[in-house]
Amino acid sequence: MIGTLLAGKGIFFLTLLLLGIGMAGIIVCENYMKKLICMNIMQVAVIFFFLCLGQKNGGTIPVALDSVINAADYINPLPHGLMLTAIVVSLGTTGVGLALLYRIKDRYGSIEERDIIRRGKDKQ
Amino acid sequence: MTKNLPILIVLLPLIAAQLCLLLSKIHRHVGRWIVITAVSASLVMSVIQLLEVIDKGPVHYYFGNYKAPIGIEFSIDTVNAMILILICILGLLTCLFSNEFNQVSDETIIGGMNTVMCLLITGLLGMTSTGDVFNLYVFLEITSLSAYCLIAMGGNKGVVAAYRYMLVGTIAATLYLLGVAVLYANTGTLNMADMSEILNDGEYDDAMLLAMVLFVASFGIKMALFPFHGWQPAAYTHADTSARPLIAGAMGKIPAYAMFRYLFCVYGTDFKYFDYFLKVLGVLSVCAMLYGSIRAIGQKDMRKLLAYSSVAQIGYISLGFAIGTPVALAGAFLHMFGHAFMKAGLFFCVGAIVYRYGKFSLDDVGRIYKKMPLTCGLLVIAALSMVGIPPAVGFFSKWYLGLAAAKQADWIYLAVLVVSSLLNAVYFFRLIEQFFINEDRNLSQIKERGRIEASAWILIPVVVCFVAILALGLCNVKIVNILLMTLGEVGLC
Repeated sequence: MIGTLLAGKGIFFLTLLLLGIGMAGIIVCENYMKKLICMNIMQVAVIFFFLCLGQKNGGTIPVALDSVINAADYINPLPHGLMLTAIVVSLGTTGVGLALLYRIKDRYGSIEERDIIRRGKDKQ
Repeated sequence: MTKNLPILIVLLPLIAAQLCLLLSKIHRHVGRWIVITAVSASLVMSVIQLLEVIDKGPVHYYFGNYKAPIGIEFSIDTVNAMILILICILGLLTCLFSNEFNQVSDETIIGGMNTVMCLLITGLLGMTSTGDVFNLYVFLEITSLSAYCLIAMGGNKGVVAAYRYMLVGTIAATLYLLGVAVLYANTGTLNMADMSEILNDGEYDDAMLLAMVLFVASFGIKMALFPFHGWQPAAYTHADTSARPLIAGAMGKIPAYAMFRYLFCVYGTDFKYFDYFLKVLGVLSVCAMLYGSIRAIGQKDMRKLLAYSSVAQIGYISLGFAIGTPVALAGAFLHMFGHAFMKAGLFFCVGAIVYRYGKFSLDDVGRIYKKMPLTCGLLVIAALSMVGIPPAVGFFSKWYLGLAAAKQADWIYLAVLVVSSLLNAVYFFRLIEQFFINEDRNLSQIKERGRIEASAWILIPVVVCFVAILALGLCNVKIVNILLMTLGEVGLC
């Protein structure tokens, strides 16, 4: 019974685990670069989750073929289309994040949270 | 011509944002004026659109003429038509206001700043008009990314505040996307109206519960509702002075509107756990109203005081959702409009003081009214409106909220409304005391600025906010009637 459950839903547990790892990492890590990496892991988890929804056994690529007539034989292209957008968005977020990190390193000389808090207090 | 209004309102600022940085290379004012022209054009069009919606009912715009469940849809009813006008006015005022700042810096910074501000306006307009759940995600991210940039422009601490907001904001966006995935897996559609029809069958209650939890968390973070507000005070405090009115005035309100869309329009009152969500929202907003006001009392920095006050005021808006009757919703939206102008007006005033004297701390501005009478005048009006003194708008929105709470016999909400207003009075009177009564600090101007208290670019937004606060208060019945044209059908009866 566990076997069928894992075969059917196992992938969802794995993606949710990935999401949890990312989120926990953002909270726990002290290094801002590591936080950014965890943020990326979290975004990828949701992308996987969406892609699982589009997956289908025995389906073929969503391009009209002469030999395949039934709609049920094609996989659903919509989640993939959506996730292309989500990947672009996550690229944008990472870009902004890296630019901000560059600035933080420039202004504070460190990307460790402890140093930044200490130096922020000094500057007041 | 009027057929394409919904998309043109969003498209013009988007195009202007692309052109702005390029044209700033030619001359540093060209790009800025492109942005101002585009936002003014959007403002005119959104007014025309509101009149049309009042006249003929909701407008649906289908991209490329692909009909609803397949294509992307913009749907405009009276509520979001009015929010579009609000965003355009605030955006325009902030663009004019920022004219005076960064005068000396180079064109890349001015161009970039205006580009980002215009993108923020685009994102907010798009989030408001869209009728498609994934489209909302994209516009949400446009809004957030440009907000991160504007906050990061506010100096050393701004960069760290922006980075922290970015981490939290991305968690919010990810949770939203996860919620969309859950709904999409069950309904197979992304269109809000279509999704609402499918969900109303009642088979998907558990999936809907999971999705709504994710939505409340995600929009709660974005609108800085009480337990999720951690990013907000630092971000508002350290954001760039010229962009702060737009960030504080408009940015927190639109996620609240999106939450309303999901809770009332997509899910509807038939949703099995609807009452639980209203209770949860109610508890959160009660905590927000008390916590925000109490924290604001202790602040010495004017920016931080106003930021904590925003936490409390967002609580009023979500309290309106929590009561859930049409009148309460109308009160919530009236408070949304009113608070946008009050908070933007207060930040315009703080900006004017910073521009002239470079002071943020409350202790440094004793008797500043002698030097800046007009600015301090608006500050008093906005502060009294926050406290809830008629005829300013703050009184009427609280009145509608109180009325609805009393009608539903939610006495706790009514009591908290009164207590929170009194706490507002405590910290706003402290502000007024500093500005008018306390010892004169003999402030010296940073630079010689002529005899009037600030240049016209700074005074125009100040005066417009002043007029808007009184006008919204005096015309409140008309506005609420327009809002009720849509809200009458969605709330609890």
